[in-house]
Amino acid sequence: MNLEEIKKYLAEYDGPQMRIMEVCGSHTAAIAKNGIPEMLSPKISLVSGPGCPVCVTPSAYVDRLIKLALTPGTTVVTFGDLIRVPGSEKSLGAAKGEGASVRMVYSPMDVLAMAEAERDREFVFAAVGFETTAPVYALLLEELLERKITNVRLLTAIKTMPAVIDALCAGGAPVDGFIAPGHVSVITGSEAFRPLAERYGIPFGVAGFKGGEILSAIYGIVRSRGKGVVMNLYPSVVTAKGNEAAQAKVSRFFEPADVVWRGLGCVSGSGLVLRPAYARFDAGSRGLNEDRKSNKACRCAEVLTGRIRPTDCPLYGRACTPLKPQGACMVSSEGSCATWYSVGRGL
Amino acid sequence: MCVAIPGKVIHIEGGDASVDFSGNVVKAKAGLVNVQPGDFVLVHAGCIIQKVSAGEADEMKELMEELESLQS
Repeated sequence: MNLEEIKKYLAEYDGPQMRIMEVCGSHTAAIAKNGIPEMLSPKISLVSGPGCPVCVTPSAYVDRLIKLALTPGTTVVTFGDLIRVPGSEKSLGAAKGEGASVRMVYSPMDVLAMAEAERDREFVFAAVGFETTAPVYALLLEELLERKITNVRLLTAIKTMPAVIDALCAGGAPVDGFIAPGHVSVITGSEAFRPLAERYGIPFGVAGFKGGEILSAIYGIVRSRGKGVVMNLYPSVVTAKGNEAAQAKVSRFFEPADVVWRGLGCVSGSGLVLRPAYARFDAGSRGLNEDRKSNKACRCAEVLTGRIRPTDCPLYGRACTPLKPQGACMVSSEGSCATWYSVGRGL
Repeated sequence: MCVAIPGKVIHIEGGDASVDFSGNVVKAKAGLVNVQPGDFVLVHAGCIIQKVSAGEADEMKELMEELESLQS
């Protein structure tokens, strides 16, 4: 078996239709960048899932960040791709133009130096992400405790993958296989997906991010059609049980909660919130559930759940482009629409 | 968001590591994985989240072997 044989098999596949969902925004981007859809037979279609944490966060979260950033003496610290996401009226970036205090960082750990240098300022970190990033927030909290820093809080929007995949399958999403998220699996372990594979009789392939790795995963999934198996095809960094030290740190500070996903509504047990013992680090994260579109024609919710493709949205490439995004799927570097646009699909 | 890239640990002091990404050296926290200089690691949002266990050639070989078992 080599990559050329795999490519040939996938290009010539003429078996039953296979709809494969990739749930991770980084996979969506890698698939587009490597031109993978064009290499596949028309009988294999790839559909994007809700794997962009910024995209699935309700507008109420962005609205709250704006309110905090406009509060005198408070600064919101965030990853870059949250800055342009529209809330119900405007984005954090637009609010910054109106005087909101917002700083962009590459790592949550960067807030520690800010907080120690400016003791009189309150910092709120926009703690968005999946299981990959939750341990980073746990490390941040350890440092806050160790260094006795009291002017940093988190506004959390952390979500977890197995529960949302369960909701998609239970809701009857027509998916024949999943490309399981690669770096989420580094933390959770590939076995986190076994209960889902077995419950629904659907194959899961944990994939890396290089073209060959993704094609191999698609091959494995197609060959396993109808079987409830989990294949770890990213063995260099993913193990069956994952990073148990990281899992333990997350469990210390966070507990599961029912949270709202744009496009899906409330999904039971699919979020992580700070435990009551650490409530002093929480900037009011619970209950930020309302989701209102700033552009009524935006169809991000349907793109996120694989019900439509970016090109099915009337705004795509016209009113909604990376320069003037109307919804989260076009703003975030991991959003399906931004990814499609970046490689010129459907334009 | 879950973007993570592999680099080589060149220095470690307490919970802080210096990681070399093909010549670009970046600081990363080492609180989630025990690492030594010389280890190849995956870094996400400023933290090392895992060691990279195999060379690229070995990894593709393992992958192909796993997929070949699906042929039967």
